[in-house]
Amino acid sequence: MRFLFKTAYEQDIRLFRDRVAAMWYGLLAVAVLLLPALLSGYYVGEITWVFIYGICGVSLMVLVGYTGLLSLGHAAFLGIGAYAHAYFLQHGVPWVASVALATLITTACGTVVGLPALRMTGIYLAIATLAFAVIIQEVFTRWESVTNGFAGMPVEKPVIFGVHFNDNASFYYLCAAILALTLLATRNLLRSPTGRAWIAIRDSEIAAQSMGVNLAVYKSIAFAYSAALMGLAGALFAHKIAYLAPDIFTILLSIQLLLLVIVGGLGSLHGAVFGAIFVALLPPIIAILRDSIPAALADVARATGIGLIDGVGRAMGDFLKKPGVEAGIFGLILVLVIVLEPLGMHGRWIKIRLFFSTFPLYKRHTFKRQKSYMKSERLR
Amino acid sequence: MSWKLDVAGVGKGSPLFEFSVPNPVLISAQVWQDRLKNERGRKLATFLQLTLNGLAVGCIYGLVALGFVLIYKATELVNFAQGDLLMLGAFVAYMAVVLWGLDYWVGFLIAVVVIAAFGALLDLTVLRRVIGQPQFAVVMLTIGLGAMFRTFASVTWGSEIYTLPTPFSGVTNIAGVTVSHQYLSIIASTLVLCGALYAFFKYTRIGIAMQATSQNQLAAYYVGIPVKLIFSLVWAISAAVAAAAGILLAPVALIDINMGLSVAIKAFAAAVLGGFGSIPGALVGGITIGLIELYAGASLPEGFKDTAPYIVLLVMLAARPQGLFGTLGRKKV
Repeated sequence: MRFLFKTAYEQDIRLFRDRVAAMWYGLLAVAVLLLPALLSGYYVGEITWVFIYGICGVSLMVLVGYTGLLSLGHAAFLGIGAYAHAYFLQHGVPWVASVALATLITTACGTVVGLPALRMTGIYLAIATLAFAVIIQEVFTRWESVTNGFAGMPVEKPVIFGVHFNDNASFYYLCAAILALTLLATRNLLRSPTGRAWIAIRDSEIAAQSMGVNLAVYKSIAFAYSAALMGLAGALFAHKIAYLAPDIFTILLSIQLLLLVIVGGLGSLHGAVFGAIFVALLPPIIAILRDSIPAALADVARATGIGLIDGVGRAMGDFLKKPGVEAGIFGLILVLVIVLEPLGMHGRWIKIRLFFSTFPLYKRHTFKRQKSYMKSERLR
Repeated sequence: MSWKLDVAGVGKGSPLFEFSVPNPVLISAQVWQDRLKNERGRKLATFLQLTLNGLAVGCIYGLVALGFVLIYKATELVNFAQGDLLMLGAFVAYMAVVLWGLDYWVGFLIAVVVIAAFGALLDLTVLRRVIGQPQFAVVMLTIGLGAMFRTFASVTWGSEIYTLPTPFSGVTNIAGVTVSHQYLSIIASTLVLCGALYAFFKYTRIGIAMQATSQNQLAAYYVGIPVKLIFSLVWAISAAVAAAAGILLAPVALIDINMGLSVAIKAFAAAVLGGFGSIPGALVGGITIGLIELYAGASLPEGFKDTAPYIVLLVMLAARPQGLFGTLGRKKV
């Protein structure tokens, strides 16, 4: 195990922890660049979802994971970004300007929602954002001159400075680049005074206030920044989904985005990306399992001569084919993660890393949760 | 997000709610005068009708909100699966009454007891482990549980829509107001349930123990109250209330796997409107949301029926962030 010997405070806020970490990120970047050459178009398309959800994840991670504000209505910001971008594209605005305008509009909406939200905490904020999302969804349905209502709104493939992004691979690179920029920008914000103020607010509002953090300003910035990223993701989302309808941006999408940050691991940008991988790739994996489990178990049954295995496989396949099962699997995973691993995939990754770096001296109790008594949120 | 409340004739297009304005060019002055008088009477009748139906719907929201508040007061957990417990209650009652052919009241009792036991089991197995974790982790946990319940229901009972036969199917006409017995039964049952709960918390030993637990968990433990048992009981009670609300709602809104979600969201809004943690606030909030919903549905343009409660909620929260009956306190560091 290597120990970093810190000699300056700047070492705590460096972009990369050390050269080794930088090298790993470089390798990851190379792998992401090479991936489309190795995989078929379908898989490249599915991995593009990881990048788009990754931007959404970073957006929500800033708000929920770093500032500690709960939003049950982020699908509305995604929708605003997507519809605004599609509307501007239809009216001949160039791609870059259209994305910038869409992001600007979502930022404005985020600020407007954020202002009354400054006085609310916890569950009140959750319900306020949820109410906002319900109203916005109704606006998408009724404002037909812009959104075209339930008839839907087609979105063309992006054309940036004359370059066409028609196939899966080119759009993959576009999304990957934007996610990388988002991660870089957010990481820089987080290691600046702004990010430290956010974390202070998350850990204790009163303590942060006592240290001179202006709660209103930093909460507003968090809301606006989160909404801006959501708008950016919305623009890419619009291209990816190619056809916008109001019933895409429901509360269920908001919940899925929250699930993303929780399963990924709250309070880390790695978690946002892990969560995006999970949310984007679980549905295709379920689809693959649906067909492959019965087939595989049928092979086993033929080899061993036990008919029961075949029956079990077919029953599992049938179960996975039923409508609504996917939501249940998401729910089950959410419950298991919160009960067993509250720090999510990122927390698990840290444990695995520590296991190998301290092998064979790993102590399970390093991460043992302290006994938690109920901490009252009411003052009596 | 819209739910089918049109069974008893509420909604656009039904003859009860057409605000037809006669064309003055075609009708002579005398007839116009008469029409106007009738129109006024009809408007009043419509208003009363809406108020009655809104009260009934609001009572359902109030009951579900009551479940939220009971659990929150005792354990400081926010149970988003309340609506799905409601749905499960309705399905169990459907199974007992329609599939097994039992009496309505026997079915009612079975459903309430089964769901109450299920609520206690939930506390015992899952929710007790997360006490002390951040509030919103628990919100997400219960959202996950709710998704699991919906999947369970759709695998077990299928995703069709069912109706529950009820002994209250009649209609009484009082001064032009159609009083549906279903709605009356909802209002009456809510009153009875709330009265029973009030008496339980006020006069029984265990009810007072629950009050003590919700005020101070550690102090309650020191004076010998079995805090864990109390938590399970609170969960059982609030699950039972949800199941009762589901059975009362079933004849009006039809049973399907998504019936709980929309009700729960509105009930949640109701609980927040009343100030989370206040029991009278939950009922007042529920009835307010129910009334706003029906008034807006009848008099405002289409689309406002579902959004008006939320607009009111947002305005209210901007003005009074702690809700109507809530108390605002600073958190201890």
